[in-house]
Amino acid sequence: MKSLVSISDFKVEDYLNIIQLAAQFEADSYRNVLKGRIISTLFFEPSTRTRLSFESAINRLGGNVIGFADISTTSSTKGESLHDTITMVAAYCDLIVMRHPLEGSARYAAEISPVPVINAGDGANQHPTQTLLDMYSIQKTQGKLENLSIALIGDLKYGRTVHSLIMAMMHFSPHFHLVAPPELQLPKEYIQILREHNIPFTLHEDMQEVIPEADIVYMTRVQKERFSEPMEYERTKNLYVLRNAMLGGAKKNMRILHPLPRVNEINVDVDASPHAYYFEQARNGVFTRQAIISYLLDLQ
Amino acid sequence: MSDIQGRHLIVSAIENGTVIDHIPSNRLFEVISILKLDSIASQITFGSNLESKTLGKKAIIKISDKFFSGDEINKIAIVVPEAKLNIIRNYTVVEKQHVSLPAEITGITRCFNPVCITNHQAITQKFNVVASNPTTLQCVYCEKITDKDNFNLL
Repeated sequence: MKSLVSISDFKVEDYLNIIQLAAQFEADSYRNVLKGRIISTLFFEPSTRTRLSFESAINRLGGNVIGFADISTTSSTKGESLHDTITMVAAYCDLIVMRHPLEGSARYAAEISPVPVINAGDGANQHPTQTLLDMYSIQKTQGKLENLSIALIGDLKYGRTVHSLIMAMMHFSPHFHLVAPPELQLPKEYIQILREHNIPFTLHEDMQEVIPEADIVYMTRVQKERFSEPMEYERTKNLYVLRNAMLGGAKKNMRILHPLPRVNEINVDVDASPHAYYFEQARNGVFTRQAIISYLLDLQ
Repeated sequence: MSDIQGRHLIVSAIENGTVIDHIPSNRLFEVISILKLDSIASQITFGSNLESKTLGKKAIIKISDKFFSGDEINKIAIVVPEAKLNIIRNYTVVEKQHVSLPAEITGITRCFNPVCITNHQAITQKFNVVASNPTTLQCVYCEKITDKDNFNLL
């Protein structure tokens, strides 16, 4: 039995298998391979995209969903421990999908659960299905994962999707452009990992200078509450908003990804650009999650 | 013996038991705390700020009639990886032990991350040792690093 808690639980072979399976599900999404099986979706923290795309994936596979989208309707509000909730729910289902605000909750759930656990986000720690759908989107738009120039823009310090994407794409000879205000640049442990693996990377404060180079522009939101100095936020916030006028020099194959929800970091005038890919990326999440569930339950 | 200064023993000898030597003076009380020496019945003598060629100032603990298990010795390794243990029988050193960090540590220190699940629910703390001297631990659950400056011993 295998769970998916952290992107590093999977090896390159697993990434490639998932991407291949996701393509098969995209070609033929409605299949009955989960017929008669029950999947629990336990969302201790609200989520729109992740929960709905998991539930869409399960329904397309012919499985049944039980669970909750709101902690206020559960025994947790009565003080039930995660241990007891997971032990009980595992008795009702074949696989658990869980989002929880506390970091490490998913690893703990996987440790005690007799059925596989998929981490749908544990606080700011890990969100591996997002990374896999990002990889599927990269493969689909570029036709390959290897030797790509990837610009990561915005909050590189706290953005868990950025950290996981770096850890996963590191295996495919990328060149990273790390664009962030100094306060939100990539943490030193990740810089260290890039150095140890001889992955080329460049640090930038100005996003304009990386756009002509990039195959993938991965946007994240710079949040006001991340700044210790409000003045610093005011100074930098407009530097990290992508506008259509900035895309003139971009490569034809360049695609813009964003884990969503977007607030204002991608101007709506980008939406009509052929480079915009974030809504298709969200759609890819359904096929990727179908692939992950099938892979973990060995349904193929 | 290294704890003889001039012609007399600064910390008196024990007949049987364990001597923990080569403790940096500023970590003495962490060792006492981690081994819960404040709650054992044996006779214990301490010395601190003793001259040491390698450490400058060192501390030493002598515990009569006490022999530590492997797990307890591993605990010492977390705070003072340079410590040495001498096992004493009949006033003679019969065995010298170097402490060593195990690959995984369970239930000795808290995770430094305030939003780690282990700090909110009744879950045993578990770490992988990612570096020794100084000891650096990675929480098995939240994957965050707890280093020597942030140990909060249980």
